Amino acid sequence: MITLNAVTKLYNEGRPNEFAALHEIDLTLARGAMSVLRGPSGSGKTTLLSILACMARPTSGRVSIDGELVSGLPERFLTELRRTTFGFVFQRFNLVRGLTALENVMLPTVPLGADYGQTRDRAMARLEALGLADKAAMPIEHLSGGEAQRTAIARALINDPPILIADEPTANLDTALAEKFLAILADERAAGRTVILTSHDPRIWEAEGVDRIVTLRDGRIVEGELVEGVA
Amino acid sequence: MMTWARRQRALADYTLAALSRRKGKNIALVAIFSLVVFALSSAMFFAAALRHETTVVLRDAPEIVVQKLIMGRQDLIPGDVVDTIAGFRGVTSAKGRLWGYYYDRIDGANYTVMVPDDPALIPPVGHVAVGEGVPRARGLAWEGAPLFLSRYEGDLKRFDVDRTFSRDSALMTADLVLMNPQDFRAFFDIPEGLYTDVVATVRNQNEVATIVTKASNALPQMRFVTRADIERTYQKLFDWREGLLVVLAGAGLLAFAIFAAEKASGLSAEEAREIGILKAVGWDTRDVIAMKMWEGGLVSLGAFLIGTVAGFAHVFLFDGVLFAPVLRGWAVIYPDFALAPHIDGVQLMTLALLTVVPYMAATVVPVWRTASGDPDAVMR
Repeated sequence: MITLNAVTKLYNEGRPNEFAALHEIDLTLARGAMSVLRGPSGSGKTTLLSILACMARPTSGRVSIDGELVSGLPERFLTELRRTTFGFVFQRFNLVRGLTALENVMLPTVPLGADYGQTRDRAMARLEALGLADKAAMPIEHLSGGEAQRTAIARALINDPPILIADEPTANLDTALAEKFLAILADERAAGRTVILTSHDPRIWEAEGVDRIVTLRDGRIVEGELVEGVA
Repeated sequence: MMTWARRQRALADYTLAALSRRKGKNIALVAIFSLVVFALSSAMFFAAALRHETTVVLRDAPEIVVQKLIMGRQDLIPGDVVDTIAGFRGVTSAKGRLWGYYYDRIDGANYTVMVPDDPALIPPVGHVAVGEGVPRARGLAWEGAPLFLSRYEGDLKRFDVDRTFSRDSALMTADLVLMNPQDFRAFFDIPEGLYTDVVATVRNQNEVATIVTKASNALPQMRFVTRADIERTYQKLFDWREGLLVVLAGAGLLAFAIFAAEKASGLSAEEAREIGILKAVGWDTRDVIAMKMWEGGLVSLGAFLIGTVAGFAHVFLFDGVLFAPVLRGWAVIYPDFALAPHIDGVQLMTLALLTVVPYMAATVVPVWRTASGDPDAVMR
């Protein structure tokens, strides 16, 4: 369970261009559920997702994972959390250009000092499961949008994290690819993984398997709808 | 330990992949870096080898040279001074020497003409032995061609060349013309019983200073030059010439430092974004720094190695063809000799500190500053 208490995030704090991306957010997201954060551009979805994934710190407020306070942890503990707890799929995928799909997928394992052969097999298995085995040796610049996204998913899952986070996952995909992506997410959720998404795409909100939709506007939660059987 | 090694291997692999992604930029960087190291190392190798060579050559030189000075200028020294010096306690031998300079109007070169100390080297009357630079300067096409010397318009004196010294001893013999004492006195018009200077050898090296002090008191009009003085003069001369080159190469180093400082001032948006991605997927700040240290290490140590090996080859295989005129001297006859490889470890270490360390710092500091932030902030 991820809990946020009175989380506020200010950017450019103390400067004339200071603005609050999030105001006093209270939110609890259940384990094993698929939650969607929705709202218009600038509503604070991506900021909230970054805080949930320990990639940004709140200016004030508390973030806890399974009852353990993480918002005040030093950087190296947060790194450990990012490694072991979260897999993140960015809106623009954020793959490293010049590396192959396989190298990108293996990226999170580099600092772990794991056996290269085993890691490579694991990465290949992930790519294979997502239908990208034949693209493994291809530089990511040569992949299509859908292939790049699946590569990003494979990278997010390489360390088998319990929580998968995706930011606007269907923003750059056509309908067919979006449906394919939703099917992958449904599989992951069915496998017991917690899935948290941001989206302003109705296809996502209406997708099968979504347990909860949280609506944000101007950095505030305006609605926290339970769709069905939240854990 | 195994995990650490595997982690380092993985980081090195990633670094190599990262370097190959910016192949053009990195090759240019290594080329410029290597060029700076090459210039500096060439100057250092050359001067160190010359200094070493000089020390080796001077090891067999007499401990004390005595000169007579009149109004601050060197004058001929009477033969009785030789006996006086030989009489000082601790002096094993004293000999009068005959030597001087000859300006060759034909090729504009200056030769050192002398009568050798070693009787075995003294050529017969009418014959000379010459350094390898003399026939080179004169353009004498065949071995044993006679040497004609002219002191003034209309004067011509023929000497048969008995021997030409090899290139191995060129540092000391390149411009040398060895003569019989009879020919020398006749050619330079030096009366019998007068010498250019006197050389003395001593029984105990540690007593040189004491002997010089006593001899100076007894012969106040004489100047006593020790072997250590000569060696110091050579060293200073080479230091000064090396300094010239180091200053020139330093300009290159300065340009490189400006480049490094520019690099240190910040990362490009693309580099910062990549660091943000790495942190977001679970890399620690230390992992990012370790990766950048691999990158900086590979570039700077690679360039240092290339530059140093090229400098070594330039000096010891190609006789320092680019810098030789500056380091050997600007004379018409500069010695054509091969230097025995000699490397000054301290200089090499200094060179590494001047080049590798600033580059590593310029690579790691901005990365550390960027990587210390939250991944979200870095990517933004």
